[in-house]
Amino acid sequence: MPVTFVLREKKHEVKPGSTLMDSLKKINILPESVIAVKDGEMILQDEILKDGDIIKLVSVISGG
Amino acid sequence: MKCKTCGTKAVVNMPQHKLAMCKEHYLEWIPEQTARFIRKYWMFGPDEKILVAVSGGKDSLSLWDILIRLGYQVDGIYIGLGIDEGIGYSDTSLRLCREFAEKNQQKLIVVDVKGERGQSIPELASNGSRGRMKPCSVCGVVKRHEMNRIAFEHGYAVLATGHNLDDEAATLFGNTLSWSKDLLLRQKPVLPEQNGLARKVKPLCRFYEKEMTAYAMLRGIEYIYEECPFSVGSTSIYYKELLNQLENERPGAKLAFYVKFLSARASGLFKEDDYQPIEEVEGQIGVCSTCGQPTTNSGMCAFCKIVTFDKKDE
Repeated sequence: MPVTFVLREKKHEVKPGSTLMDSLKKINILPESVIAVKDGEMILQDEILKDGDIIKLVSVISGG
Repeated sequence: MKCKTCGTKAVVNMPQHKLAMCKEHYLEWIPEQTARFIRKYWMFGPDEKILVAVSGGKDSLSLWDILIRLGYQVDGIYIGLGIDEGIGYSDTSLRLCREFAEKNQQKLIVVDVKGERGQSIPELASNGSRGRMKPCSVCGVVKRHEMNRIAFEHGYAVLATGHNLDDEAATLFGNTLSWSKDLLLRQKPVLPEQNGLARKVKPLCRFYEKEMTAYAMLRGIEYIYEECPFSVGSTSIYYKELLNQLENERPGAKLAFYVKFLSARASGLFKEDDYQPIEEVEGQIGVCSTCGQPTTNSGMCAFCKIVTFDKKDE
């Protein structure tokens, strides 16, 4: 099963087995612009993502 | 990655500081650092009465939370802008501010622009003499005016805003691209009170936006996640994205850009005779003929022109 990222209701899928940082690069999302949450806990760039992980990405940029 | 303090699993990593932390120690670190910046930049003393401008967003509610924890006398001010755009943006942001105030037993002053001036920000923008401008321009003028008015009317010594380092770096980037000397001279963590303007401080100006988001999430602060509908596609967000690309390749680049600017200015980046503190140009600062607040305009200030639909500047 793929790893699924959810950012503002938009879904992205990547293969498991890579770190969070490498996976974000594959879907062209800057690690600096999001916080990743898995099972309600914040995770860091070195976390290896596994089969079926669902990662919620919280955008940190606000304007105005 | 391990917490530098206790060695347990870290939940926040800050490459620019070569520092990772667990939840417990991060929630202690942010208020400690805020207190350090308040002292470093001489923002305010322990006995001064502070008014914090809250929007329902992560930064301003986190700032309120931090100042309460640090033991300051701090009340909130919320400016109701009347922005709906099909998502009830202002209603949601006001609800979150009210809930925060009630939960923390703090006073929240609410200024409803439409209730007081007859029209919401989008209506003022489209109906008034500044109708050719974006609502953001009108919003900025109205917020600054009303926050200053309330600070004086209610006797607050200081007006605190939740600007973070990404906000400051994006502003600095924009002002540098256009070499806006006057704006660069005024971009400071503290703007002293003078000529009827309240002292303005930015206690979060050294924290990355990502750090403040992490603080709000870990502290359990409920904030409005949706963007203001009018800020989508804004220049400030574009600059933040550009700076984040730089940060991604060069950790610490945003922090260095801002902090080194402050240092360079303090050590003479601008010639002494370039700097014109407000008190030295006092003759150029007048008083609005309608509301009495300071203005560089002759006659009405920008705010009163907007709310009274003065067409003279068209």
